[in-house]
Amino acid sequence: MALIQEIDYGTPARIAETLVTLEIDGKLVTVPRGTSVMRAAVEAGVQVPKLCATDNMEAFGSCRLCLVEIEGRKGTPASCTTLAEPGMKVRTQSPKIAKLRRGVMELYISDHPLDCLTCAANGDCELQDMAGVVGLREVRYGYEGQNHLKAEKDQSNPYFTFDASKCIVCSRCVRACEEVQGTFALTIQGRGFDSKVASGPTNFLESECVSCGACVQACPTATLMEKTVIDHGLPEHSVVTTCAYCGVGCAFKAEMQGAEVVRMTPYKDGKANHGHSCVKGRFAWGYATHKDRITKPMIRAKITDPWREVSWEEAINYAAGEFKRIQAKYGRDSIGGITSSRCTNEETYLVQKMIRAAFGNNNVDTCARVCHSPTGYGLKSTFGTSAGTQDFDSVDDSDVIMVIGANPTDAHPVFASHMKKRLREGARLIVVDPRRIDLVKSAHVKADYHLSLLPGSNVAVINAIAHVIVTEGLVDEPFVKERCETEAFEQWRKFIAEERNSPEATEAMSGVPAADLRAAALLYATGGNAAIYYGLGVTEHSQGSTMVMGMANLAMATGNLGKRGVGVNPLRGQNNVQGACDMGSFPHEFSGYRHVSDESTRKLFEDAWHVELQNEPGLRISNMLDAACEGTFKGIYIEGEDIVQSDPNTQHVTAGMTAMECVVVQDLFLNETASYAHVFFPGSSFLEKDGTFTNAERRISRVRKAIPPTAGMADWEITMALSAALGYPMPYQHPSEIMDEIARLTPTFAGVSFDKIDELGSIQWPCNAKAPEGTPVMHIGGFVRGKGRFMITEFIPTDERTTGRFPLILTTGRILTQYNVGAQTARTENNVWHAEDVLEIHPFDAENRGIREGDRVALTSRAGQTTLHARISERMQPGVVYTTFHHGFTGANVVTTEFEDWATGCPEYKVTAVQVTLAKKMSDWQEHYLETRKQTTQIESKQILTGAAGD
Amino acid sequence: MIHRANQIALFFAGYPHDEAVAGVLDHFKKFWERRMRDQIVAYVAQGGKGLHELALEAVKRLQ
Repeated sequence: MALIQEIDYGTPARIAETLVTLEIDGKLVTVPRGTSVMRAAVEAGVQVPKLCATDNMEAFGSCRLCLVEIEGRKGTPASCTTLAEPGMKVRTQSPKIAKLRRGVMELYISDHPLDCLTCAANGDCELQDMAGVVGLREVRYGYEGQNHLKAEKDQSNPYFTFDASKCIVCSRCVRACEEVQGTFALTIQGRGFDSKVASGPTNFLESECVSCGACVQACPTATLMEKTVIDHGLPEHSVVTTCAYCGVGCAFKAEMQGAEVVRMTPYKDGKANHGHSCVKGRFAWGYATHKDRITKPMIRAKITDPWREVSWEEAINYAAGEFKRIQAKYGRDSIGGITSSRCTNEETYLVQKMIRAAFGNNNVDTCARVCHSPTGYGLKSTFGTSAGTQDFDSVDDSDVIMVIGANPTDAHPVFASHMKKRLREGARLIVVDPRRIDLVKSAHVKADYHLSLLPGSNVAVINAIAHVIVTEGLVDEPFVKERCETEAFEQWRKFIAEERNSPEATEAMSGVPAADLRAAALLYATGGNAAIYYGLGVTEHSQGSTMVMGMANLAMATGNLGKRGVGVNPLRGQNNVQGACDMGSFPHEFSGYRHVSDESTRKLFEDAWHVELQNEPGLRISNMLDAACEGTFKGIYIEGEDIVQSDPNTQHVTAGMTAMECVVVQDLFLNETASYAHVFFPGSSFLEKDGTFTNAERRISRVRKAIPPTAGMADWEITMALSAALGYPMPYQHPSEIMDEIARLTPTFAGVSFDKIDELGSIQWPCNAKAPEGTPVMHIGGFVRGKGRFMITEFIPTDERTTGRFPLILTTGRILTQYNVGAQTARTENNVWHAEDVLEIHPFDAENRGIREGDRVALTSRAGQTTLHARISERMQPGVVYTTFHHGFTGANVVTTEFEDWATGCPEYKVTAVQVTLAKKMSDWQEHYLETRKQTTQIESKQILTGAAGD
Repeated sequence: MIHRANQIALFFAGYPHDEAVAGVLDHFKKFWERRMRDQIVAYVAQGGKGLHELALEAVKRLQ
């Protein structure tokens, strides 16, 4: 293994039908029209010296190092800003050019520290390289004059430093922040010799910088440098893998020194991220080696006992023995398991296989239950399969983008940057969200319409948009006639045209002014290619599935499907939500979304697995907990999921957990769920895994092992060992063999294998004989189910209503720097930005309650009470408060209720009636929490320090 | 359980009666585990108070 050095072509690739052929240093090269001479030279195998150019941003032409001579032209134009033309003859080397380049370099070096041997970038510095390339041998100007050598170093950011003394003011960082990330946090301050890069009027930490790392990546010197590289030195080999955070699924190079990660850098060939990253994937990977990692298997008879470290064999046999005992006593259906979107496809597939084949029931579920299960139900009902319709790059062809119940700049930041780029190019934007999210108005992005609806009124709004389209004659009749079921459409058309669905009739329920809604509907229907992107603000409602169907109806009615630039696109929360669903981890279906009652499908699996399988659906997570409270569900295997923190109505969850006789948790840390466990299997971080993740665009990417499993066994090996101890061996030698089995048994994965992924880089399913290299855009020419089906989407208000006692609506979500339950990010320096969950409250509501910024407040619902600190914010509407659920001590889900999506049981996290009052001390629940954590995380005589912190 | 069943019924209430009952019944069969189905069947056997009429009809066909 070697360090992967990607080619930098200097300027971006161009796509053009017309090609031009030119000659560079005697070599003929043909490139698309619009390509720079610099890029054409690299294509021809000729490296032109450069400093300010790099191929993920437009040419700037400032460093004057890439000068060339062109036959028939005067002067020495910059090759980065000069476009290739037919017949052009270019010389990249001549005595005149060499002299010019040396002169330029001499000026740069005359104001640059000569500490190369002790510099963190030694060996990875473009300035150093270029000095060598141009043959710089002396600096005639000396260092006595005015210079920047003593410029102050900004070390405020936890992950990188800004050493102004080493800056050559090439503007690559500033342009990366603008063009790649779209944040515009950096600028060039001053003029002439006084020009300097600045993060606004403050330091990096306090600035608008989002720590995506694009500037660090772009810097050609040691000015912007990862602190890990400063501490450890440069890496010597790299492993390409896939990020374990959100559903974008960015490809990264894990850059290593031996078995130690030195830095994670985004991989240019990653088709989801194209070389970009966010603060989580780029920097927040230190949790993998955090001291809280559990590295030995542990067991205990009671959850109040201290944990006892045991051998793998003893732990596996203990768990298997307990599961067998419970089944013998309470019946086959008394146990089950939960897998997670943080697991690989192969791990998830194994868990559901073990449960169906070794447990002998279908009591398997996954955390997609509590996020995107309505996506599966809604899109399958209308289009025929549970998947987003587009690839991410499709957004480049969107003319109108409608973002509903999603906050991409926080939750899917790398795709948000891609989307913002398209918006800066002129695409129109509609935001449907109760909060004024960043996309509504940020640097060079402004929504045309922000439909600031009341939480819980999504379906009323989507129906009203459809009403306008139908009643204004904007239906794409030819598309509907050709592609959709006629009877269902006519039924829907009649329903949606009813006056009660009009913007005027729904305005009182949704809070969205009818005129704004009508204008937004017209824009969506007539503005060109219109794409919907949505998140958990759609799904986590009592009508989550109805809303997904409503969006699908809208896209079908306007013909916005089956081509680039359009579609209905779920932004999946975690890295492998899509994959977890694909792999058959729901209790009612096998991999590839085939119901367990389907005889031929079940026979296929029975023949392959050599076991009889149940033909009825098993229990969902919430049903398992209900059954546990009722006394019929007694044991559970949980891999990679923390339901005590993430699932709603914490008291109900813990009551269910406490009622079980054997809880087995497989995780990196003693998470909140482990407090209720009897067996703990130490799991692996993504850096220790071999397998695949499938992102929100159905892209299957490889996860490659960079370091060995810390606890000695990989997650898939642990599941195999447990299954074998239960009497059902699954003897795979490598995760690739698991994928081979998935491919054999799942038509949409028929063409997928590790070798194929390695060959293509990644694959979007369906991948089979019809689409041997995968399917970027679905439903071209026809839907998976044949004809698209319009569904009736009656608006039914949630039963969670505000009252005099609970007059406010709480909606929960996430922020940029933390991830899900915080197991990973809360054990990194990301806590600098978000050390605790806070309650965002509108100034009006705060003033009415005498609440000031930073006050401790009690957040109370009919389910429970917690306390947290207040942040006064106009991002909220009056009457709506907001918090996150990243920290265990906050207990945001102590407050959320048991209401759920009618079809899938996805919790209604987004609507909880609450009251907010000033509080003097933590809540009873929080006191109980701290006490419980202290008691349940003891390892014999050792005390485990967890990432969760009280105050 | 009653609330869950009624929520399902309310969705299908937008469809013609027979189609709606079939939809609710299909949902119970496809997504409700045996224990849950047994519970609602037992509840209906005791009168099914508070159940939406579509859910009531569907459960009767579930028996």
